Amino acid sequence: MPRDETGKVLGGDRAANAAGEAACAIEIRNLYKSFGHVSVLKDVSLSQRRGEVICLIGPSGCGKSTLLRCINGLEMPTKGHVFVEGQDLTSPQTDIDAVRARVGMVFQSFNLFPHMNVLNNVSIALRHVKKLSRKQADEIASARLRDVGLAGKERARPAQLSGGQQQRVAIARSLAMDPAIMLFDEATSALDPELVKGILAIMRELAVSGMTMVVVTHEMRFAREVADRVAFLDHGAIVEIGPPAAIFDNPQTPRLQEFLAQVL
Amino acid sequence: MGGLHNLLKTFFDVEDMMSVFPTLITVGLWNTLQLSVLAMLFAVICGLMLSLVLVSRSWFIRMPAFLYVDLFRGLPAILTILLVGQGLPIAGIAPFGRSPYPYAIMAIGLIQAAYFGEIFRSGIQSLDRSQMLAARSVGMTRRQAMWLIIIPQAVRNVLPASMNQFIIIVKETSLVYLLGLFTFQRELFSIAQDHAANVGNLSALVAAGIIYCAITVPLTHLVNYVDHRLREGPTLARQGEQAMAESGADGSGWALESKAGRAER
Repeated sequence: MPRDETGKVLGGDRAANAAGEAACAIEIRNLYKSFGHVSVLKDVSLSQRRGEVICLIGPSGCGKSTLLRCINGLEMPTKGHVFVEGQDLTSPQTDIDAVRARVGMVFQSFNLFPHMNVLNNVSIALRHVKKLSRKQADEIASARLRDVGLAGKERARPAQLSGGQQQRVAIARSLAMDPAIMLFDEATSALDPELVKGILAIMRELAVSGMTMVVVTHEMRFAREVADRVAFLDHGAIVEIGPPAAIFDNPQTPRLQEFLAQVL
Repeated sequence: MGGLHNLLKTFFDVEDMMSVFPTLITVGLWNTLQLSVLAMLFAVICGLMLSLVLVSRSWFIRMPAFLYVDLFRGLPAILTILLVGQGLPIAGIAPFGRSPYPYAIMAIGLIQAAYFGEIFRSGIQSLDRSQMLAARSVGMTRRQAMWLIIIPQAVRNVLPASMNQFIIIVKETSLVYLLGLFTFQRELFSIAQDHAANVGNLSALVAAGIIYCAITVPLTHLVNYVDHRLREGPTLARQGEQAMAESGADGSGWALESKAGRAER
Protein backbone atom coordinates (compact mmCIF):
# COMPACT_ATOMS: atom_id res chain seq x y z
CA MET A 1 0.00 0.00 0.00
CA PRO A 2 2.07 2.92 -1.23
CA ARG A 3 1.52 6.08 0.66
CA ASP A 4 0.90 9.47 -0.77
CA GLU A 5 4.17 11.33 -0.94
CA THR A 6 3.04 14.71 0.36
CA GLY A 7 0.69 13.17 2.86
CA LYS A 8 3.35 11.21 4.62
CA VAL A 9 5.93 13.95 4.74
CA LEU A 10 3.65 16.75 5.88
CA GLY A 11 1.28 14.60 7.87
CA GLY A 12 3.98 13.07 10.01
CA ASP A 13 4.39 15.54 12.81
CA ARG A 14 0.94 16.98 12.57
CA ALA A 15 -0.84 13.66 12.90
CA ALA A 16 1.31 12.68 15.86
CA ASN A 17 0.61 15.96 17.63
CA ALA A 18 -3.11 15.84 17.01
CA ALA A 19 -3.79 12.27 18.02
CA GLY A 20 -1.33 12.25 20.91
CA GLU A 21 0.13 9.12 22.42
CA ALA A 22 -2.26 6.60 20.93
CA ALA A 23 -1.08 7.31 17.42
CA CYS A 24 2.55 6.98 18.46
CA ALA A 25 4.31 3.74 17.70
CA ILE A 26 7.33 4.99 19.57
CA GLU A 27 7.64 7.86 21.97
CA ILE A 28 10.95 8.72 23.56
CA ARG A 29 10.93 11.30 26.32
CA ASN A 30 14.07 12.95 27.68
CA LEU A 31 16.14 9.81 27.28
CA TYR A 32 19.57 9.67 28.88
CA LYS A 33 21.90 6.72 28.64
CA SER A 34 25.37 6.37 30.03
CA PHE A 35 27.76 3.46 30.32
CA GLY A 36 29.68 4.06 33.51
CA HIS A 37 30.92 7.62 33.25
CA VAL A 38 30.50 7.82 29.51
CA SER A 39 27.27 9.48 28.61
CA VAL A 40 26.07 8.19 25.25
CA LEU A 41 22.62 9.74 24.90
CA LYS A 42 21.69 13.13 26.31
CA ASP A 43 18.09 14.23 26.54
CA VAL A 44 16.76 12.60 23.40
CA SER A 45 13.08 13.04 22.67
CA LEU A 46 11.35 11.67 19.61
CA SER A 47 7.88 10.56 18.71
CA GLN A 48 7.10 8.39 15.77
CA ARG A 49 3.64 7.75 14.42
CA ARG A 50 2.54 4.37 13.09
CA GLY A 51 3.77 3.62 9.62
CA GLU A 52 6.43 6.29 9.76
CA VAL A 53 9.96 5.57 8.62
CA ILE A 54 12.68 7.43 10.49
CA CYS A 55 16.31 7.19 9.47
CA LEU A 56 18.98 7.93 12.05
CA ILE A 57 22.18 9.31 10.58
CA GLY A 58 25.31 10.65 12.19
CA PRO A 59 28.99 9.97 12.74
CA SER A 60 30.03 6.68 14.33
CA GLY A 61 29.84 6.72 18.08
CA CYS A 62 27.14 9.37 18.09
CA GLY A 63 24.67 7.07 19.88
CA LYS A 64 22.50 5.91 16.97
CA SER A 65 22.79 2.22 17.78
CA THR A 66 22.32 2.78 21.50
CA LEU A 67 19.18 4.77 20.81
CA LEU A 68 17.91 1.92 18.65
CA ARG A 69 18.63 -0.62 21.38
CA CYS A 70 16.76 1.49 23.90
CA ILE A 71 13.66 1.16 21.74
CA ASN A 72 13.45 -2.61 22.24
CA GLY A 73 14.89 -2.66 25.71
CA LEU A 74 18.19 -4.30 24.81
CA GLU A 75 19.61 -1.29 26.62
CA MET A 76 17.82 0.25 29.57
CA PRO A 77 17.78 4.06 29.72
CA THR A 78 19.66 5.65 32.57
CA LYS A 79 16.95 8.30 32.75
CA GLY A 80 13.81 9.13 30.81
CA HIS A 81 11.07 7.08 29.24
CA VAL A 82 10.58 4.97 26.13
CA PHE A 83 7.02 4.14 25.14
CA VAL A 84 6.42 1.45 22.53
CA GLU A 85 2.79 1.30 21.46
CA GLY A 86 1.90 3.13 24.63
CA GLN A 87 3.80 0.76 26.93
CA ASP A 88 6.55 2.27 29.06
CA LEU A 89 9.66 0.09 28.69
CA THR A 90 11.20 1.65 31.78
CA SER A 91 8.30 0.62 33.97
CA PRO A 92 8.97 -2.55 35.99
CA GLN A 93 5.41 -3.69 35.29
CA THR A 94 6.03 -3.90 31.56
CA ASP A 95 6.67 -7.39 30.18
CA ILE A 96 9.68 -6.43 28.16
CA ASP A 97 9.93 -9.82 26.43
CA ALA A 98 6.40 -9.38 25.12
CA VAL A 99 7.30 -5.93 23.80
CA ARG A 100 10.42 -7.29 22.11
CA ALA A 101 8.34 -9.94 20.37
CA ARG A 102 6.50 -7.06 18.68
CA VAL A 103 9.62 -5.10 17.77
CA GLY A 104 11.81 -6.73 15.15
CA MET A 105 15.49 -5.96 15.03
CA VAL A 106 18.01 -6.51 12.26
CA PHE A 107 21.67 -6.31 13.23
CA GLN A 108 24.71 -5.20 11.30
CA SER A 109 26.37 -8.59 11.70
CA PHE A 110 23.16 -10.61 11.05
CA ASN A 111 23.47 -12.54 14.35
CA LEU A 112 21.83 -15.67 12.98
CA PHE A 113 21.88 -18.77 15.15
CA PRO A 114 24.69 -20.78 13.54
CA HIS A 115 23.66 -24.12 15.05
CA MET A 116 20.27 -24.13 13.33
CA ASN A 117 19.25 -24.33 9.72
CA VAL A 118 17.64 -21.35 8.05
CA LEU A 119 14.07 -22.54 8.63
CA ASN A 120 14.65 -23.07 12.35
CA ASN A 121 16.34 -19.70 12.65
CA VAL A 122 13.08 -18.15 11.50
CA SER A 123 10.65 -20.48 13.24
CA ILE A 124 12.23 -20.94 16.66
CA ALA A 125 10.75 -17.79 18.19
CA LEU A 126 7.37 -18.63 16.69
CA ARG A 127 7.46 -21.97 18.44
CA HIS A 128 8.89 -20.88 21.77
CA VAL A 129 7.69 -17.31 22.13
CA LYS A 130 4.39 -17.43 20.25
CA LYS A 131 3.91 -21.09 21.21
CA LEU A 132 2.81 -22.14 17.72
CA SER A 133 2.97 -25.77 16.66
CA ARG A 134 5.96 -26.77 14.59
CA LYS A 135 3.76 -27.11 11.53
CA GLN A 136 2.23 -23.64 11.86
CA ALA A 137 5.60 -22.12 12.67
CA ASP A 138 7.29 -23.76 9.70
CA GLU A 139 4.53 -22.57 7.38
CA ILE A 140 4.93 -18.97 8.49
CA ALA A 141 8.71 -19.24 8.40
CA SER A 142 8.66 -20.65 4.86
CA ALA A 143 6.34 -17.88 3.74
CA ARG A 144 8.61 -15.17 5.18
CA LEU A 145 11.65 -16.80 3.61
CA ARG A 146 9.82 -16.75 0.29
CA ASP A 147 9.09 -13.04 0.82
CA VAL A 148 12.78 -12.26 1.12
CA GLY A 149 13.68 -14.41 -1.87
CA LEU A 150 15.10 -17.42 -0.08
CA ALA A 151 12.65 -20.16 -1.04
CA GLY A 152 14.52 -23.44 -1.25
CA LYS A 153 17.20 -22.45 1.29
CA GLU A 154 15.26 -23.74 4.32
CA ARG A 155 17.69 -26.55 5.08
CA ALA A 156 20.88 -24.57 4.59
CA ARG A 157 23.04 -23.54 7.51
CA PRO A 158 23.76 -19.82 7.94
CA ALA A 159 27.46 -20.45 7.31
CA GLN A 160 26.61 -21.74 3.83
CA LEU A 161 24.93 -18.50 2.82
CA SER A 162 26.36 -15.25 1.53
CA GLY A 163 26.18 -12.15 3.72
CA GLY A 164 23.22 -10.84 1.76
CA GLN A 165 21.35 -14.10 2.13
CA GLN A 166 22.13 -14.21 5.85
CA GLN A 167 20.76 -10.71 6.29
CA ARG A 168 17.59 -11.77 4.45
CA VAL A 169 17.19 -14.66 6.88
CA ALA A 170 17.60 -12.18 9.73
CA ILE A 171 14.90 -9.97 8.23
CA ALA A 172 12.62 -12.98 7.74
CA ARG A 173 13.28 -14.00 11.34
CA SER A 174 12.06 -10.62 12.55
CA LEU A 175 9.13 -10.41 10.15
CA ALA A 176 7.91 -13.88 11.11
CA MET A 177 6.98 -12.51 14.53
CA ASP A 178 4.59 -10.10 12.78
CA PRO A 179 6.18 -7.06 14.38
CA ALA A 180 4.56 -3.66 14.72
CA ILE A 181 7.93 -1.96 14.46
CA MET A 182 11.15 -2.89 12.71
CA LEU A 183 14.55 -1.60 13.82
CA PHE A 184 17.51 -1.77 11.45
CA ASP A 185 20.98 -1.30 12.91
CA GLU A 186 23.25 -0.57 9.94
CA ALA A 187 21.77 -3.59 8.21
CA THR A 188 23.89 -3.20 5.08
CA SER A 189 27.19 -2.05 6.59
CA ALA A 190 28.74 -5.50 6.77
CA LEU A 191 27.76 -6.48 3.24
CA ASP A 192 29.80 -6.54 0.06
CA PRO A 193 28.75 -3.56 -2.06
CA GLU A 194 27.04 -5.68 -4.69
CA LEU A 195 24.79 -7.28 -2.05
CA VAL A 196 23.60 -4.03 -0.49
CA LYS A 197 21.02 -3.27 -3.15
CA GLY A 198 18.97 -6.41 -2.55
CA ILE A 199 18.68 -5.73 1.18
CA LEU A 200 17.77 -2.09 0.62
CA ALA A 201 15.11 -3.22 -1.85
CA ILE A 202 13.52 -5.41 0.80
CA MET A 203 13.64 -2.58 3.33
CA ARG A 204 12.12 -0.21 0.82
CA GLU A 205 9.31 -2.65 0.11
CA LEU A 206 8.66 -2.98 3.84
CA ALA A 207 8.50 0.79 4.19
CA VAL A 208 6.06 1.06 1.32
CA SER A 209 3.87 -1.62 2.88
CA GLY A 210 3.37 0.68 5.87
CA MET A 211 5.78 -0.81 8.41
CA THR A 212 6.91 1.49 11.20
CA MET A 213 10.67 1.54 10.89
CA VAL A 214 13.67 3.08 12.58
CA VAL A 215 16.70 2.71 10.37
CA VAL A 216 20.24 3.46 11.45
CA THR A 217 22.06 3.81 8.17
CA HIS A 218 24.98 5.22 6.28
CA GLU A 219 23.07 4.86 3.00
CA MET A 220 22.17 8.51 2.45
CA ARG A 221 20.33 7.82 -0.78
CA PHE A 222 18.13 5.30 0.96
CA ALA A 223 17.43 7.78 3.76
CA ARG A 224 16.54 10.49 1.29
CA GLU A 225 14.25 8.30 -0.79
CA VAL A 226 12.55 6.15 1.82
CA ALA A 227 12.49 8.04 5.11
CA ASP A 228 9.56 10.18 6.18
CA ARG A 229 11.89 11.95 8.54
CA VAL A 230 15.62 11.91 9.00
CA ALA A 231 17.20 12.54 12.38
CA PHE A 232 20.82 13.66 12.61
CA LEU A 233 22.51 12.63 15.85
CA ASP A 234 25.80 13.95 17.11
CA HIS A 235 27.39 13.50 20.52
CA GLY A 236 24.31 11.71 21.85
CA ALA A 237 21.73 14.30 20.93
CA ILE A 238 19.36 14.85 18.04
CA VAL A 239 20.81 17.90 16.37
CA GLU A 240 18.36 18.17 13.49
CA ILE A 241 15.25 16.26 12.52
CA GLY A 242 12.92 16.76 9.61
CA PRO A 243 11.85 15.57 6.18
CA PRO A 244 14.74 14.27 4.07
CA ALA A 245 14.57 17.23 1.72
CA ALA A 246 15.07 19.67 4.58
CA ILE A 247 17.87 17.66 6.14
CA PHE A 248 19.84 16.95 2.99
CA ASP A 249 19.16 20.06 0.91
CA ASN A 250 18.86 22.68 3.59
CA PRO A 251 20.86 21.68 6.68
CA GLN A 252 20.59 24.34 9.37
CA THR A 253 23.44 23.52 11.73
CA PRO A 254 27.14 23.64 10.91
CA ARG A 255 27.57 20.17 12.35
CA LEU A 256 25.10 18.62 9.93
CA GLN A 257 26.55 20.64 7.06
CA GLU A 258 29.97 19.32 7.94
CA PHE A 259 28.73 15.74 8.25
CA LEU A 260 26.94 15.86 4.91
CA ALA A 261 29.98 17.38 3.25
CA GLN A 262 31.96 14.38 4.42
CA VAL A 263 29.53 11.61 3.44
CA LEU A 264 27.91 12.88 0.28
CA MET B 1 68.25 -62.78 24.28
CA GLY B 2 67.64 -63.62 27.93
CA GLY B 3 66.83 -59.98 28.75
CA LEU B 4 64.31 -59.65 25.96
CA HIS B 5 62.74 -62.94 26.86
CA ASN B 6 62.41 -61.77 30.46
CA LEU B 7 60.83 -58.54 29.33
CA LEU B 8 58.29 -60.31 27.15
CA LYS B 9 57.54 -62.84 29.85
CA THR B 10 56.97 -60.13 32.46
CA PHE B 11 54.67 -57.86 30.45
CA PHE B 12 53.49 -59.74 27.39
CA ASP B 13 52.92 -63.35 28.47
CA VAL B 14 50.38 -64.20 25.77
CA GLU B 15 49.21 -67.37 27.46
CA ASP B 16 48.57 -65.52 30.70
CA MET B 17 46.81 -62.72 28.87
CA MET B 18 44.54 -65.16 27.06
CA SER B 19 43.56 -66.77 30.35
CA VAL B 20 42.42 -63.46 31.88
CA PHE B 21 40.95 -61.93 28.74
CA PRO B 22 37.50 -63.58 28.92
CA THR B 23 36.92 -62.27 32.44
CA LEU B 24 38.26 -58.84 31.53
CA ILE B 25 35.83 -58.60 28.63
CA THR B 26 32.71 -60.18 30.09
CA VAL B 27 32.94 -58.78 33.63
CA GLY B 28 35.53 -56.01 33.71
CA LEU B 29 34.76 -54.15 30.51
CA TRP B 30 31.04 -54.13 31.23
CA ASN B 31 31.54 -52.81 34.76
CA THR B 32 34.04 -50.18 33.67
CA LEU B 33 31.69 -48.95 30.94
CA GLN B 34 28.79 -48.88 33.35
CA LEU B 35 30.73 -46.83 35.88
CA SER B 36 32.13 -44.52 33.19
CA VAL B 37 28.87 -43.77 31.41
CA LEU B 38 26.95 -43.10 34.62
CA ALA B 39 29.75 -40.95 36.06
CA MET B 40 29.89 -39.00 32.78
CA LEU B 41 26.15 -38.39 32.85
CA PHE B 42 26.33 -37.29 36.48
CA ALA B 43 29.30 -35.01 35.75
CA VAL B 44 27.88 -33.45 32.59
CA ILE B 45 24.44 -32.74 34.05
CA CYS B 46 25.80 -31.36 37.33
CA GLY B 47 28.54 -29.51 35.48
CA LEU B 48 26.01 -27.83 33.21
CA MET B 49 23.90 -26.72 36.18
CA LEU B 50 27.04 -25.53 37.90
CA SER B 51 28.09 -23.50 34.86
CA LEU B 52 24.74 -21.71 34.82
CA VAL B 53 25.40 -20.66 38.39
CA LEU B 54 28.96 -19.69 37.50
CA VAL B 55 27.73 -17.24 34.84
CA SER B 56 25.06 -15.77 37.09
CA ARG B 57 25.01 -12.00 37.23
CA SER B 58 24.87 -12.02 41.02
CA TRP B 59 28.11 -12.35 42.95
CA PHE B 60 26.31 -13.99 45.89
CA ILE B 61 25.00 -16.77 43.67
CA ARG B 62 28.31 -17.26 41.86
CA MET B 63 30.41 -17.46 45.02
CA PRO B 64 29.34 -20.91 46.32
CA ALA B 65 29.80 -22.36 42.85
CA PHE B 66 33.35 -21.02 42.65
CA LEU B 67 34.07 -22.53 46.08
CA TYR B 68 32.71 -25.88 44.90
CA VAL B 69 34.94 -25.83 41.83
CA ASP B 70 38.01 -24.89 43.85
CA LEU B 71 37.34 -27.61 46.41
CA PHE B 72 36.67 -30.56 44.09
CA ARG B 73 39.40 -29.62 41.64
CA GLY B 74 41.79 -29.17 44.51
CA LEU B 75 41.35 -32.57 46.16
CA PRO B 76 43.04 -35.76 44.91
CA ALA B 77 40.44 -38.09 43.37
CA ILE B 78 41.49 -40.93 45.62
CA LEU B 79 40.72 -38.83 48.69
CA THR B 80 37.29 -37.71 47.48
CA ILE B 81 36.34 -41.26 46.51
CA LEU B 82 37.29 -42.59 49.92
CA LEU B 83 35.55 -39.75 51.76
CA VAL B 84 32.34 -40.21 49.75
CA GLY B 85 32.41 -43.99 49.23
CA GLN B 86 33.55 -45.08 52.67
CA GLY B 87 32.72 -42.02 54.69
CA LEU B 88 29.07 -41.50 53.81
CA PRO B 89 27.90 -45.06 54.66
CA ILE B 90 29.95 -44.98 57.86
CA ALA B 91 28.36 -41.67 58.80
CA GLY B 92 24.97 -43.31 58.35
CA ILE B 93 24.24 -41.57 55.05
CA ALA B 94 23.67 -44.53 52.76
CA PRO B 95 21.01 -43.58 50.23
CA PHE B 96 22.33 -46.17 47.77
CA GLY B 97 22.63 -49.10 50.17
CA ARG B 98 25.81 -51.14 50.35
CA SER B 99 26.94 -51.42 46.77
CA PRO B 100 30.08 -49.31 46.23
CA TYR B 101 29.10 -48.43 42.66
CA PRO B 102 26.67 -45.56 43.28
CA TYR B 103 29.12 -43.97 45.71
CA ALA B 104 31.99 -44.25 43.26
CA ILE B 105 29.81 -42.81 40.48
CA MET B 106 28.75 -39.98 42.73
CA ALA B 107 32.29 -39.23 43.88
CA ILE B 108 33.73 -39.22 40.35
CA GLY B 109 30.69 -37.30 39.15
CA LEU B 110 31.16 -34.64 41.84
CA ILE B 111 34.84 -34.25 41.03
CA GLN B 112 34.29 -34.08 37.29
CA ALA B 113 31.27 -31.77 37.64
CA ALA B 114 33.72 -29.16 38.90
CA TYR B 115 35.78 -29.52 35.72
CA PHE B 116 32.73 -29.60 33.45
CA GLY B 117 31.31 -26.57 35.23
CA GLU B 118 34.43 -24.62 34.31
CA ILE B 119 34.46 -26.03 30.77
CA PHE B 120 30.83 -25.09 30.11
CA ARG B 121 31.33 -21.70 31.74
CA SER B 122 34.15 -20.89 29.36
CA GLY B 123 32.04 -22.20 26.47
CA ILE B 124 29.14 -19.94 27.39
CA GLN B 125 31.33 -16.90 27.96
CA SER B 126 33.27 -17.42 24.74
CA LEU B 127 30.06 -16.88 22.75
CA ASP B 128 29.61 -13.44 21.32
CA ARG B 129 27.07 -11.38 23.28
CA SER B 130 25.32 -10.71 19.97
CA GLN B 131 23.77 -14.19 20.09
CA MET B 132 22.06 -13.29 23.35
CA LEU B 133 20.95 -9.93 21.92
CA ALA B 134 19.52 -11.60 18.81
CA ALA B 135 17.65 -14.17 20.88
CA ARG B 136 16.24 -11.52 23.20
CA SER B 137 15.29 -9.30 20.26
CA VAL B 138 12.82 -11.89 18.97
CA GLY B 139 11.14 -11.98 22.35
CA MET B 140 12.86 -14.89 24.08
CA THR B 141 13.27 -14.71 27.84
CA ARG B 142 16.80 -14.95 29.22
CA ARG B 143 16.10 -18.55 30.18
CA GLN B 144 14.84 -19.47 26.70
CA ALA B 145 17.79 -17.72 25.09
CA MET B 146 20.13 -19.68 27.34
CA TRP B 147 18.67 -23.11 26.65
CA LEU B 148 17.76 -22.71 22.98
CA ILE B 149 20.58 -20.52 21.68
CA ILE B 150 23.54 -20.22 24.03
CA ILE B 151 23.90 -23.65 25.62
CA PRO B 152 23.63 -25.71 22.40
CA GLN B 153 26.44 -23.63 20.91
CA ALA B 154 28.48 -23.66 24.11
CA VAL B 155 28.24 -27.46 24.35
CA ARG B 156 29.45 -27.79 20.79
CA ASN B 157 32.32 -25.40 21.39
CA VAL B 158 33.58 -27.33 24.38
CA LEU B 159 33.29 -30.83 22.91
CA PRO B 160 37.05 -31.21 22.38
CA ALA B 161 37.78 -30.04 25.93
CA SER B 162 35.10 -32.41 27.28
CA MET B 163 36.76 -35.30 25.51
CA ASN B 164 39.79 -35.05 27.78
CA GLN B 165 37.49 -35.18 30.76
CA PHE B 166 35.65 -38.24 29.43
CA ILE B 167 38.95 -40.05 29.09
CA ILE B 168 39.95 -39.10 32.62
CA ILE B 169 36.61 -40.40 33.89
CA VAL B 170 37.14 -43.80 32.22
CA LYS B 171 40.50 -44.06 33.94
CA GLU B 172 39.31 -42.74 37.31
CA THR B 173 36.67 -45.48 37.53
CA SER B 174 39.51 -47.87 38.38
CA LEU B 175 39.65 -46.22 41.80
CA VAL B 176 36.37 -47.92 42.71
CA TYR B 177 38.52 -50.89 43.85
CA LEU B 178 39.33 -48.82 46.97
CA LEU B 179 35.76 -49.31 48.17
CA GLY B 180 35.96 -53.12 48.15
CA LEU B 181 34.33 -55.14 45.41
CA PHE B 182 32.62 -58.53 45.17
CA THR B 183 33.95 -60.77 42.40
CA PHE B 184 31.17 -59.85 40.00
CA GLN B 185 31.63 -56.13 40.70
CA ARG B 186 35.27 -55.98 39.68
CA GLU B 187 36.13 -53.71 36.78
CA LEU B 188 39.07 -53.91 34.38
CA PHE B 189 41.77 -52.80 36.77
CA SER B 190 40.80 -54.85 39.80
CA ILE B 191 40.41 -58.04 37.76
CA ALA B 192 43.84 -57.52 36.25
CA GLN B 193 45.35 -56.67 39.61
CA ASP B 194 43.86 -59.76 41.30
CA HIS B 195 45.02 -61.95 38.45
CA ALA B 196 48.51 -60.47 38.49
CA ALA B 197 48.79 -61.01 42.24
CA ASN B 198 47.62 -64.62 41.92
CA VAL B 199 49.95 -65.71 39.12
CA GLY B 200 52.85 -63.37 39.91
CA ASN B 201 52.91 -61.91 36.41
CA LEU B 202 52.01 -58.42 35.26
CA SER B 203 50.73 -59.34 31.79
CA ALA B 204 47.12 -59.15 32.98
CA LEU B 205 47.62 -55.46 33.79
CA VAL B 206 49.00 -54.88 30.31
CA ALA B 207 45.94 -56.65 28.90
CA ALA B 208 43.70 -54.33 30.94
CA GLY B 209 45.71 -51.38 29.68
CA ILE B 210 45.09 -52.45 26.08
CA ILE B 211 41.36 -52.52 26.75
CA TYR B 212 41.45 -49.09 28.42
CA CYS B 213 43.11 -47.71 25.30
CA ALA B 214 40.56 -49.51 23.15
CA ILE B 215 37.90 -47.43 24.94
CA THR B 216 39.64 -44.08 25.17
CA VAL B 217 41.28 -43.83 21.75
CA PRO B 218 38.06 -44.38 19.75
CA LEU B 219 36.38 -41.92 22.13
CA THR B 220 38.78 -39.25 20.91
CA HIS B 221 37.89 -39.95 17.31
CA LEU B 222 34.18 -40.19 18.02
CA VAL B 223 34.21 -36.74 19.61
CA ASN B 224 36.19 -35.33 16.70
CA TYR B 225 33.65 -36.81 14.30
CA VAL B 226 30.65 -35.45 16.21
CA ASP B 227 32.37 -32.09 16.51
CA HIS B 228 32.95 -31.94 12.79
CA ARG B 229 29.42 -33.01 11.98
CA LEU B 230 27.85 -30.45 14.29
CA ARG B 231 30.05 -27.71 12.92
CA GLU B 232 29.33 -28.41 9.27
CA GLY B 233 25.76 -29.61 9.56
CA PRO B 234 24.58 -32.94 8.17
CA THR B 235 23.26 -31.42 4.96
CA LEU B 236 26.38 -29.59 3.89
CA ALA B 237 27.23 -31.80 0.97
CA ARG B 238 23.70 -31.81 -0.40
CA GLN B 239 23.32 -28.03 -0.02
CA GLY B 240 26.63 -27.45 -1.73
CA GLU B 241 25.49 -29.43 -4.73
CA GLN B 242 22.20 -27.58 -4.82
CA ALA B 243 23.88 -24.22 -4.76
CA MET B 244 26.07 -25.25 -7.67
CA ALA B 245 23.11 -26.57 -9.63
CA GLU B 246 21.03 -23.45 -9.13
CA SER B 247 24.02 -21.30 -10.00
CA GLY B 248 22.44 -18.13 -8.82
CA ALA B 249 18.96 -18.53 -10.19
CA ASP B 250 16.61 -18.55 -7.22
CA GLY B 251 13.91 -16.86 -9.23
CA SER B 252 13.33 -14.03 -6.82
CA GLY B 253 14.85 -11.19 -8.74
CA TRP B 254 17.59 -10.91 -6.08
CA ALA B 255 19.52 -13.76 -7.53
CA LEU B 256 22.91 -12.12 -7.27
CA GLU B 257 24.03 -13.80 -4.13
CA SER B 258 23.93 -17.53 -4.45
CA LYS B 259 27.27 -19.09 -3.72
CA ALA B 260 27.82 -20.22 -7.26
CA GLY B 261 26.88 -16.81 -8.55
CA ARG B 262 29.46 -15.21 -6.32
CA ALA B 263 32.13 -17.63 -7.31
CA GLU B 264 31.63 -16.80 -10.97
CA ARG B 265 32.34 -13.16 -10.37
